[in-house]
Amino acid sequence: MAVAWSNVSVVLGGRTVLDGFDLSVAGGSWLVVIGPNGAGKTSLMRTLAGTVAHTGTIRIGSEDAGGIPGRERARRLAVVPQHPVIPPGIDVFDYALLGRSPHQGLRFSPSERDRRQTLEVLHRLELGDFMDRNLDTLSGGERQRVVVARALVQDTPILVLDEPTSFLDLGHQLEVLELIAELRTERSLTVVSTLHDLAVAGQFADRMAVLDHGRLIAHGSPAEVLTPEMISNHWGVHAHTDVDEDGSVTVTVRRRQQA
Amino acid sequence: MMSSSTGAGVTGDRLAGSTGSGRSRLGGRWLSAGIASVLIAAVIGVATGPVPIPIWQVVLELLDRLPLIDVDSSLSPADRAIVWDLRAPRVVLGLLVGALLAGSGAAYQGVFRNPLADPYLLGIAAGAGLGATIAIVARLRDAVGFMDPVPLAAFLGALLAVAAAGTLSTRRGSTGSSATLILAGVAVANFFTAIQTFIQQQNSETLQQVFAWILGRLSTAGWGEVRLLAPYAVICVVGLLLSVGALDVLAVGEEEATTLGLKPRTIRRLILLVASLGAAAAVAVSGLIGFVGLVVPHAVRMLAGSSHRRVVPLSLLFGASFLALADVVARTVRAPAELPIGVITAFIGAPFFLLILRRQTLS
Repeated sequence: MAVAWSNVSVVLGGRTVLDGFDLSVAGGSWLVVIGPNGAGKTSLMRTLAGTVAHTGTIRIGSEDAGGIPGRERARRLAVVPQHPVIPPGIDVFDYALLGRSPHQGLRFSPSERDRRQTLEVLHRLELGDFMDRNLDTLSGGERQRVVVARALVQDTPILVLDEPTSFLDLGHQLEVLELIAELRTERSLTVVSTLHDLAVAGQFADRMAVLDHGRLIAHGSPAEVLTPEMISNHWGVHAHTDVDEDGSVTVTVRRRQQA
Repeated sequence: MMSSSTGAGVTGDRLAGSTGSGRSRLGGRWLSAGIASVLIAAVIGVATGPVPIPIWQVVLELLDRLPLIDVDSSLSPADRAIVWDLRAPRVVLGLLVGALLAGSGAAYQGVFRNPLADPYLLGIAAGAGLGATIAIVARLRDAVGFMDPVPLAAFLGALLAVAAAGTLSTRRGSTGSSATLILAGVAVANFFTAIQTFIQQQNSETLQQVFAWILGRLSTAGWGEVRLLAPYAVICVVGLLLSVGALDVLAVGEEEATTLGLKPRTIRRLILLVASLGAAAAVAVSGLIGFVGLVVPHAVRMLAGSSHRRVVPLSLLFGASFLALADVVARTVRAPAELPIGVITAFIGAPFFLLILRRQTLS
C-alpha cells in the first residue's frame, strides 16, 4: 500500500518543524528518512500516525488520510514509536495482543483468532519462550522485538518505525532491522522509518529522504542520496561512501581532527 | 529464522478461551476469592450487632430468600426483622459503596495512568461537601419533610464539580490532555472547598453535623438509601465492566492508543463519566470515605496482576467486602457508640497496604 505526502507542514509551539513536505512511497518499498537531530523526522512519522495536527494532505493507499476513521487507519498502518510506553507489570503476550485492538469491537475483547495471530507472530519473532515474561524483565533488544511484534500483530500493510533501534547496540540493531527486512519481503510491507545512524540506514533503505530544518533536502536511492557532500553539508562530518553491487551504501565516518 | 513451532502445547495454553495460562488460572482463583469475600462479609455483617445471631442461622435465613430454596432458619420474627429491616440494608449499602469507590478508583487510576488518582481527584469530594454543607446549613432537612435532602444536594454538588472540571479543561470543542483535566479538577476542588469552608465558618452551630457528614458513615433507615444508590450502581458497574478492554489499551498512553485505533479522549471522558456517577452517588449516601478507592485497586493489582480485565472486577468485589467488614468494626469496637467508618478504612487499610507493599518489594 502506497503512502504520499503533499505539501505537508507541521507547526509546533509557533515553530515550523515540517515545511511543505512532498514525497510518495510506492507500495512494498522501504523509505528511510535521515537527517540531523531536530530535523523534523519524528514529526513526519507522527503525521502518518495521525497523532499531530498538520496542513496539506496525506494519502494512505488511494484515500486522503483525513477522511479515514482512526480505527481503519490503524488497520492500514502500525507504528513502532521511538519511546514506547510500557504499561507496568504487563507480560509479553498481553502486550503483543494489544496490536489486535483495531480489529476488535468496542469492548476490545480479544477473540480466539486474535490470540492465534498473536501467538504466530511471537513464534515467528522467536519470542515464544518469553510469552509469560514481564516486559520489565527483558533486555533492551528483547523488548524492542516485542514492540515490533505488537506492530506486526496489528497486521497492517504499512509499518511506520521511528528510530526502532535507538537504544540498541550494533548487533541488536542489525538483528531488528534484518528481521524487518525479512518481514517486509515476506508480507510485502511498505516500511517508512527514521534511522539516525547513516551507516545502518545505507544498508537497509531502498529509498531515502534527507530532512533538515523541516525541509526535504534530497530523496532517491541510497546511492543518489548518501554522498560525501550531502553528509558534510548537513551533518558537518567528513565521510567516505562506497556503493555496493546491490545498491546499498557503506558509509565510513572520519574523525574531524587527527591527533 | 522462519519457525513453525506454533506447538500445540504452548498454543493450547493461551488459546483456551480467555483463561488458560498459569496467570489466567490464577485470575479465575482470585475471582472466586472475591465472590467468597463478599458472601463472607455479608454473613458476618448481618450476624454482628447488639443482638447476636448465630452465623449458621444467618446463612440459612439468607439461603431461604434464594429462589427454589426453602429452608427454615428458626429465627424468631423479632430476629428476622433485625436481619431484614436493620442489618441487611446497612450491609448491602456498605457493599455497594465499597464496590463503587474501589471500582471507580481503579478506573480513575487507569484513565490517568496515575497510581495516586482516586475517585475524588476531579472534585467529587469538594463538590459533595459543599452540597451537603449548604443543605445542612439551610436546614433543608426541616423544610423538606418527605425525604433527606442532604444526599441529593451532595450528589448534585459532586456532579457539578466534575462537570466544571471537564468543561473548564475543554477548549474550542477539543478535549484537553489528562494533565489539563487533573489541574482543572484541583482548581475546582479548591474553589468549592473555599466556599464550603466559608459557609461552614459563618454557621459554626452546624459544624458538628457537617463534620460528621464529612467523616463518612453508613447509616440506614430501612432500604431507602440502597434504593437511592441502586440505579447509579448498576450504570456504573456495567459501564466499568464494559470498559476494561479500553482501559488496557489506554495503558500505552494517548498517542499509542490513537495508533491502535482508539479515540483516547472520547473514551476517557466516557469512562470518567460512569466512574464519577458511581462515586458521586456513593459519596451522597455515605459521606466522604477515604482510602477505599486508592488502596483496594492497588492491593488487587499487586496480588492479581495489572490487566484491567482483572483489576476492575476484583476491585468491585474486594472493595465491597472491605467496606462491609470495616463497617462491622466501626459499629462493634466501641458499641453502642459508632466510630466514623472513614477512620476504620484508613486504620485497617494503611497497615494492610503497607504489608502488601513490603511483600511486593521483597519478592
